[in-house]
Amino acid sequence: MLHALELLWQNAPLLLDGLWATLGIAAAATFFSIIGGALLGMMRASWNNAIVQAAARAYLELFRVIPILVWLFVFFFAVPAASSLDISGTLAAVTVFSLWGASEMSDIVRGALKTIPQAQYDAGRAIGLSGAQLHLRVILPQAVRRMLPGAINLVTRIIKTTSLVVIVGVVDVVKRSQQIIERTKEPFVLYAFLLLLFFALCHPLSRLSRRLEKRFN
Amino acid sequence: MRHPKPLLPFLAAAVLFGFGLLAMVNVGCSRRNDADSLAKIKNRGKVVVGVFGDKPPFGYIDRQGRNAGYDVVLARRIAADLLGDENKIEFITLEAANRVAFLQSNKVDIILANFTRTPERAEKVDFAKPYMKVALGIVAPDASPVSALAGLGGGRTLIVNKGTTAEAYFTKNYPEIKLLKFDQNTEAFQALKDGRGDALAHDNTLLFAWAHENKGFKIVESNLGNADVIAPAVKKGDTVLRAWIDAKIDRLAAEHFFLNAFQTELHPFFGDSVRNPDDVIIEGK
Repeated sequence: MLHALELLWQNAPLLLDGLWATLGIAAAATFFSIIGGALLGMMRASWNNAIVQAAARAYLELFRVIPILVWLFVFFFAVPAASSLDISGTLAAVTVFSLWGASEMSDIVRGALKTIPQAQYDAGRAIGLSGAQLHLRVILPQAVRRMLPGAINLVTRIIKTTSLVVIVGVVDVVKRSQQIIERTKEPFVLYAFLLLLFFALCHPLSRLSRRLEKRFN
Repeated sequence: MRHPKPLLPFLAAAVLFGFGLLAMVNVGCSRRNDADSLAKIKNRGKVVVGVFGDKPPFGYIDRQGRNAGYDVVLARRIAADLLGDENKIEFITLEAANRVAFLQSNKVDIILANFTRTPERAEKVDFAKPYMKVALGIVAPDASPVSALAGLGGGRTLIVNKGTTAEAYFTKNYPEIKLLKFDQNTEAFQALKDGRGDALAHDNTLLFAWAHENKGFKIVESNLGNADVIAPAVKKGDTVLRAWIDAKIDRLAAEHFFLNAFQTELHPFFGDSVRNPDDVIIEGK
């Protein structure tokens, strides 16, 4: 045990560097997912234009059906090769995870909005609320509650999926651990560290989502 | 969904999308070969080199978090002679399976990642003169009944890494051997330790080092396949940079740079599993 802690302490700068990359990508992707997902979700719930609906649906399906690994390849290798844009590994990772997160988030937002009964809209209008007031004061507060469990679950999925970024040359905490394993030949210490780390990152979120779900039911 | 839509338009869109991507990659790869890469590197003030970060003793991260190893020593010398400072270098950490893609999409200038020269790869990248040689080896637990390649028949499992020479060799020449494939070296060797396969095939140099470090494992084959060579790789068509590296390797061989690098970088890892440095290094041949 002492030996394990010593090993982790000696390699703390490297592990922190990797953790920083992991959390940075996950946090940026979460941020853009919430904004993009909210906008797209509201659009899908309220704008009944066939073309808009089909485009939004196609976007969602593309990110659901095609593996994230392939998307990373596309943005890191294919797009720069074709366009002479220089896209760094981190930028490609944030872009892909944001686009994926936004597509999933849009479905969560749309689903939540669709479950608000028509009566809530009618009642709001009946007491003379404007469109903005109706959405901000009546619809959103109810919809946000219904989104939260799904949204938090999505964040834990994003955190766990970040380990794919090694394919575009980003050294995340998993890759850092592998580098340390190769030098020190201590796989168990480092995999145990990763297990505890991801547990510590994701479990509180998972608990929070369950608690919120209970409270709202 | 209340109104199920036909699947066909969606499939058609997906196929079109796929071809679009392919076209983009092709356009990208056929372009931008003409610029003088040496001038580009000098203007930039640093050379970008793709190395491994988890393959000691060739490319790994040392205690201080610096890139180190036999490949890295050569990379730093190239930076020193090209730009006058061995620190004018940016290391990109690669995986075995994405090395070619990094070169093709202009993400690195040179790959020095234990890159074995094969005819298939030579169609996609340009190799400079070799600085090391390698054949395939097989490692197995001491207690294993497997004592040679022949012992791998009869439903035994061989562990290999995706995208490596070992995978290609066994797929082509021994299709009857069951392969268990991994993306990462870390996973592959751990799988061998965990008994998920009977033996593991990889470049012999990597196995020399690994068997020296891990007691309880034996080298059962050390010279399979065509004794391949390891060479720096540059982007296809980058003749300027390749010619510069070729000349540099000739001069480095004359001053026994590679023999010195063997002594400082490789010998501590191989121990006595390699008796003659010429089994591993090439000095300007």
